[in-house]
Amino acid sequence: MTPVQAIIAKELRGYFVSPIVYVVGAVFLLIFGLLSYLYVGFAGAQAIQLMQMQGGMAQINLNDLVFRNLFSSMRIVLVIILPILTMRLFAEERKLRTFEFLMTSPIRINEIVVGKFISVFLIYLGLVALTILVPTVLMLFSDFDWNPIWTGYLGMVLLGALFLSVGVFASALTENQIVAAFISFGMLLTIWLIAGLGNLFGDTTAGRVISYVSYMEHYDRLLRGLIDTSDLVYFGSGLALMLFLTHRVVESTRWK
Amino acid sequence: MSKIRDQATWCSFESGTAPFSAIVRTDITFVIDVQNITKRYGHHTAIDRVTFSVAKGEVLAFLGPNGAGKTTTMRILTCFMPATEGTARVAGFDCTEQPLEVKRQIGYLPETPPVYQELTVTEYLTFVGRLRGITGPKLSSALDQSIGRLELGSVRYRLIGNLSRGYRQRVGLAQALLHDPSVLILDEPTVGLDPKQIIEIRELIKSLAGSHSVILSTHILPEATAVCQRVVIINKGRIVAEDTPEQLSARLRQSEKISITLKTCPADCEMKLRAIPGVLNVLSGQTGGSFLIECELGRDLRDEIARVAVLNQWGLLELRTVSMTLEDVFLQLTRHEDHFSEPAETMVGMASTQRTDA
Repeated sequence: MTPVQAIIAKELRGYFVSPIVYVVGAVFLLIFGLLSYLYVGFAGAQAIQLMQMQGGMAQINLNDLVFRNLFSSMRIVLVIILPILTMRLFAEERKLRTFEFLMTSPIRINEIVVGKFISVFLIYLGLVALTILVPTVLMLFSDFDWNPIWTGYLGMVLLGALFLSVGVFASALTENQIVAAFISFGMLLTIWLIAGLGNLFGDTTAGRVISYVSYMEHYDRLLRGLIDTSDLVYFGSGLALMLFLTHRVVESTRWK
Repeated sequence: MSKIRDQATWCSFESGTAPFSAIVRTDITFVIDVQNITKRYGHHTAIDRVTFSVAKGEVLAFLGPNGAGKTTTMRILTCFMPATEGTARVAGFDCTEQPLEVKRQIGYLPETPPVYQELTVTEYLTFVGRLRGITGPKLSSALDQSIGRLELGSVRYRLIGNLSRGYRQRVGLAQALLHDPSVLILDEPTVGLDPKQIIEIRELIKSLAGSHSVILSTHILPEATAVCQRVVIINKGRIVAEDTPEQLSARLRQSEKISITLKTCPADCEMKLRAIPGVLNVLSGQTGGSFLIECELGRDLRDEIARVAVLNQWGLLELRTVSMTLEDVFLQLTRHEDHFSEPAETMVGMASTQRTDA
């Protein structure tokens, strides 16, 4: 087992021993289920309306009415929930003085950062995988196209990875977990709202640049079923940037 | 390994005074070699031009009051933080340039035992081993050995969060010893242990001497006397003395002291004791019949005192020489560092009549 794997194993163990994963997981799945139920309910109501107007069977598009709305709504859920998952990663080590131990172990800082990120990412993947139950159940009662759903999931995974990397970064900044959670919450919300700023500038270069920085348009395209390389590059580079910044922050704590 | 200076001057006492003594060592391979390291936090200087070395198999104690710079020095050696100036080398590797190599050589126990409360003892030590790249059967044998050494067998499957302070400290030590490092750096290793465990840990450290180089910091003085071959006394970030515990006390001793206890003590006995040639001063103790006699340096007057006591039929109950404990040396050095060459009268009188031992 390599040192990175050892860190991943230890972090996973830490997550499952503490109540964090269970609470966050339960809330995440509950909200996902509730939202699915609501959107299916709306879709059903619309279908009944259509049937009354047209008579006979109405064809409704579950992809548009349910899944796009569902994935779109999950953004705010992720903004609120994921900082809770990441807040302990570095803050706890510093609080409990195990940070010094990690830093004096013969491993590189990037191994620590990557190990910690992968552990929380695996937990997130597990939670997302559980939600596949919803489209699977719906498949039994209706007919829809799976492809946009897969791209929606891809979007949720990429967006989650980006959020988690922001959370890891925030956690490295402080030894207080609450402060760490709040910093990442604030950062995520700010990047969200930057999209609005971009809209204000309209279709100018500045507007386009500002909009590019926000994750909104990239995520929306994936929800529409579009896999664009520029979006993948956006998520990949954002993730790399945050992990790099985390590395710098962890490194800098040695100098203080 | 660094083959070091032919002539190493060990004592770096305050400038302006002649060196207390210079032990000249030749042809010694130093495992730890620290040259003039300084660490500044903003305007605050935590350690100031500290220089010392540790030979292979040597146990060195870092002695000093709280905030003297012991932990900072250890953190620099373990590559947790870089020094502002100066160089530190461990097993020939430079602490700033080859930190990974240095970290591989070192077993380190920080001030607070670095344990994860949510792991069991075995899980924790397995994690430590894997971080150090030990795997498979090697890992399980290292695990058993270090659990055995620190007698953690009874708690090996318990969560560290549920263990007492003493056990956590031992788990921390097990962590430092796991990979059988050539250099051990222990920051106050016996804190939080009960007296029996303290003795066991000291025995353990003694048993490591010879094969391992150990630096331990402590402010418990008998500990340094009990386990270390050499003591570095550090105060306000500077090394104020460095020698063997015995040498240190011998050096700072101003006079030979003899403590006697008499059964009967007539009024003239103090006068008669003073009359013995070579006696400088006689101090009567707290209880009637006990005296502390200061004699000229280098003269053993025990025989003469005994003769006088028997001749006058005072009933000699006890007679012994009083050696200065490390505690006295320590107080003297850390309180009177600026004019240690002429220690205050009070300090001499403070030489305790009991030798505190482990």
